[in-house]
Amino acid sequence: MPAPRRTVRDPQEEIALIERVCAGEKHLFYELIQPYERSVYIAAHSVMQNEADAEEVAQEAFLKAFGNLASFRKESKFSTWLIQIAINEARMKRRKDRKALYDSIDEPQTDDEGDYFPRDFADWREIPSETLQRNELRRALEKALAALDAKYREVFIMRDVQHLSITETAQALGITEASVKTRLLRARLQMRDALAPGFDGAWRVGDGSWKKVRPW
Amino acid sequence: MATIEISCIHVWREISNYIDGEIDPELRRRMEEHFKGCEHCSAIFDGARNVVRLIGDGRAFDLPAGFSERLKKRLEEKIGG
Repeated sequence: MPAPRRTVRDPQEEIALIERVCAGEKHLFYELIQPYERSVYIAAHSVMQNEADAEEVAQEAFLKAFGNLASFRKESKFSTWLIQIAINEARMKRRKDRKALYDSIDEPQTDDEGDYFPRDFADWREIPSETLQRNELRRALEKALAALDAKYREVFIMRDVQHLSITETAQALGITEASVKTRLLRARLQMRDALAPGFDGAWRVGDGSWKKVRPW
Repeated sequence: MATIEISCIHVWREISNYIDGEIDPELRRRMEEHFKGCEHCSAIFDGARNVVRLIGDGRAFDLPAGFSERLKKRLEEKIGG
């Protein structure tokens, strides 16, 4: 299995590319954004929750990035800037689609509630490496992600899939760093609840060293 | 030095920060002490860490087939090149 592609590009080279595109060399734009195709798509998907909409939003986000390239501040990270645009595009589209469907206003931005209590204490020590390739696991992940509230899912994707820092996540989503931390906690615990019991039956391989602990 | 005990609820509240190394050394020590004696919190910790590993692996999210080609085409249409 090939390892996931990690993009490492010299920041100086990137700034030079940005300047050349701004100066009129439009044909270099794709080369500039190519390393971030996946990040932007995943960011859009974290909001839209389906492939077709996420792809459309990603394309729009790149076009918007092109239009606003001159306003990119060199002291911030280009990838975070792109992700921020994608998140905004996706939220706008979601709002528009919702309006068309229900003519409703935007979902209320409730504050983060109190403590989250784990549903059970399923013991889940190991991840056999081969499970990562299994479709059941992928489906289970998708289902668990879809069940998260958007505000938790977005933070979780930024941090644990995109590996953005807490500061970058706060910046991309327009929330405070404290909110990033509390939402991430909630998302991780909820994902654990959704996935740990499934690990027993749905995609677990190997012997039954599994046990469940339910003290109440 | 005796470690001041902390409650399970306190541990759950900090488990994500613990995974990220976002807690001070004293709290870390108290949590580690707690994990040694608390099967439930250890299970929660292992599970949460596994979630982070699974999802962070990079293989869970692929671009749809043909994504890059369609993007390139759209960019060419809209901005030229």
